[in-house]
Amino acid sequence: MNSVIAPGRTVGTQPAQALPRRGGRFRRRVRNSWQLWILVLPAVVFFFVFKYVPMYGVQIAFKDFIASKGIWGSEWVGLEHFQRFFSSFYFWRLLRNTLGLSLYQLLLFPLPIILALSLNEVKNRFFKRFAQTLTYAPHFVSVVVVVGMMVAFLDPRIGIANHFLGLIGIDSIPFMQEAGWFRHLFVWSGVWQSLGWGTIIYLAALAGVNPELHQAAEVDGATRLQRIRHVNIPAILPTVVILFILDFGSFMSVGFEKVLLMSNSLNAETSDIIQTFVYKSGLLQGQYSYAAAVGLFDSVINILMIVGVNHLARRISDTSLW
Amino acid sequence: MSLPTRQNPAAKAPLDGSAILHRPVRRISDRRFDRVNIVFLIVVILVIGYPLWFVMIASISDPQAVDTGRVWLWPVDMTLDGYRRVFAESSIWIGYRNTIVYTLVGVAVHLAIVLPCSYALSRTQFVGRKLVTWYILFTMLFSGGLIPTYLLVKDLGMLDTLWAVILPGAAGAWAILVGRAFFTQTVPEELNESAKVDGASDFQVFFRIAIPLSAPIIATLALFHGVGLWNEYFNALIYLSDRDKYPLQLVLRELLVVSQDASQGGGDGDSAESLTEQLRLASLIKYAVMIVSSLPLLVIYPFLQRFFTQGVLIGSVKE
Repeated sequence: MNSVIAPGRTVGTQPAQALPRRGGRFRRRVRNSWQLWILVLPAVVFFFVFKYVPMYGVQIAFKDFIASKGIWGSEWVGLEHFQRFFSSFYFWRLLRNTLGLSLYQLLLFPLPIILALSLNEVKNRFFKRFAQTLTYAPHFVSVVVVVGMMVAFLDPRIGIANHFLGLIGIDSIPFMQEAGWFRHLFVWSGVWQSLGWGTIIYLAALAGVNPELHQAAEVDGATRLQRIRHVNIPAILPTVVILFILDFGSFMSVGFEKVLLMSNSLNAETSDIIQTFVYKSGLLQGQYSYAAAVGLFDSVINILMIVGVNHLARRISDTSLW
Repeated sequence: MSLPTRQNPAAKAPLDGSAILHRPVRRISDRRFDRVNIVFLIVVILVIGYPLWFVMIASISDPQAVDTGRVWLWPVDMTLDGYRRVFAESSIWIGYRNTIVYTLVGVAVHLAIVLPCSYALSRTQFVGRKLVTWYILFTMLFSGGLIPTYLLVKDLGMLDTLWAVILPGAAGAWAILVGRAFFTQTVPEELNESAKVDGASDFQVFFRIAIPLSAPIIATLALFHGVGLWNEYFNALIYLSDRDKYPLQLVLRELLVVSQDASQGGGDGDSAESLTEQLRLASLIKYAVMIVSSLPLLVIYPFLQRFFTQGVLIGSVKE
């Protein structure tokens, strides 16, 4: 590479010689990798059509989309849809619900770490393997079935949960229909599904901890808990930070497919989030432009979040995504 | 469940540990730690395992006994009626068939896009490598969102076809990064160079050397994408309206979720009559249908666990 750039710098003195040489070699390298270009072609076309064309289509958020005129032909309306959304009755409710769910989920971020630390201390390989396999299982159950299980278990009349509550003398609770329960059900069913799966990365990081550190700590008289605290936790901290940032990247996108399944007219007060609103106002009511504007607002906040948290992490802990 | 036997190995554990580490004295506090730790894990296992266990025993119990709360630890009045009804229900069979087709075709398309691309991006002599990598990475940061994607699929005339379910999510930056990391490691530059010296073209290196070496990455990518497609309902919900094309998850959604709340949007053609009919059916077969739909994955994954673990791990190592 150096030999290619060097003549370029001296362009002022010998342009006639430098430029053709550079061009020729570059062209040869391009020609040599044409087969590699063919190999990336399907992906390039795919990403263009299904990722970049929709990005281009985002402009309908600033237009008044009319199907017969198409994306290109519809009229510009500027920030009208955004203004309408910000001043709408739903705005604060949607924001509160979306942020509330996200924060609640973030607070439970340490749970897989705790489970991983605990699994890592198990000496019996069969028990460890059994515990891992079993706790991974819910990850493979679809959201439809998970919500279906909640509906069945939590039914006020015939659900097992309310039968249990009845045993200790508590009146049955219509969990799925009460706004106050929605957040807990959503977040804790998520914990049930992803707790075990979330340990995989941490277990790998823990397996990489130098055993000499443990032996040294032991010689110094450290107990098991002290070794976890002073050896294992510092060792996985970089992994924790990276995953934490990544979690922020999807801060606003809180498993919307599950929210949609769980939401009903009775719990709408807490289950209405920005993305279900986009779905309902856009695809069910056909207000494409308005819904696209709301969706755009959502992704802009996401980007700001991940950039901001990454910046913060770099300053505090020297670990960051970029 | 077989809990008592689980504690035996735990009691033996301190011995194993001290033997390995040549530890002369084990402190009492360490032994207490082990005991507390095992108890903690057993509680976690019970809490995570119980809902699955309950679905299993409820699916083979008399619905009456389930509804009145008599079933909680063991099956009561065992019957296979639920399963019989499930197998007699044509919508479930159609859904099953559709899901299998969508999953197989979707995985094939996924691999056809991801494998060649991630191989090419792993070659340092590829001119345009940086450019293409950024072109793909950018889609991780920003996306057009639901509405523009929907309008695109509609404009392409794919509504109500298999392609609407498969194509919009057929490839992602994550899978390509995972593949690239794999090929960088498995087909090192030197191997590539020596094949080139022998007169092989990039195509030949890819098809004759890289592909035969990539069974593990094919398995990993196929499993991740396959599980995603198997469990997916949302694309089908927004793009399909012909009931004969519904995948299993969408059929399940109507049986398990929608029937309890008629006011939920999205359901089409749910007249009051068909709703009561669905309610009645759902109460009979809901647990059996949960098992029938989830069992394939739950049975398969313990044997393929290392591929899943591998996917999570390669995917987490950036750059």
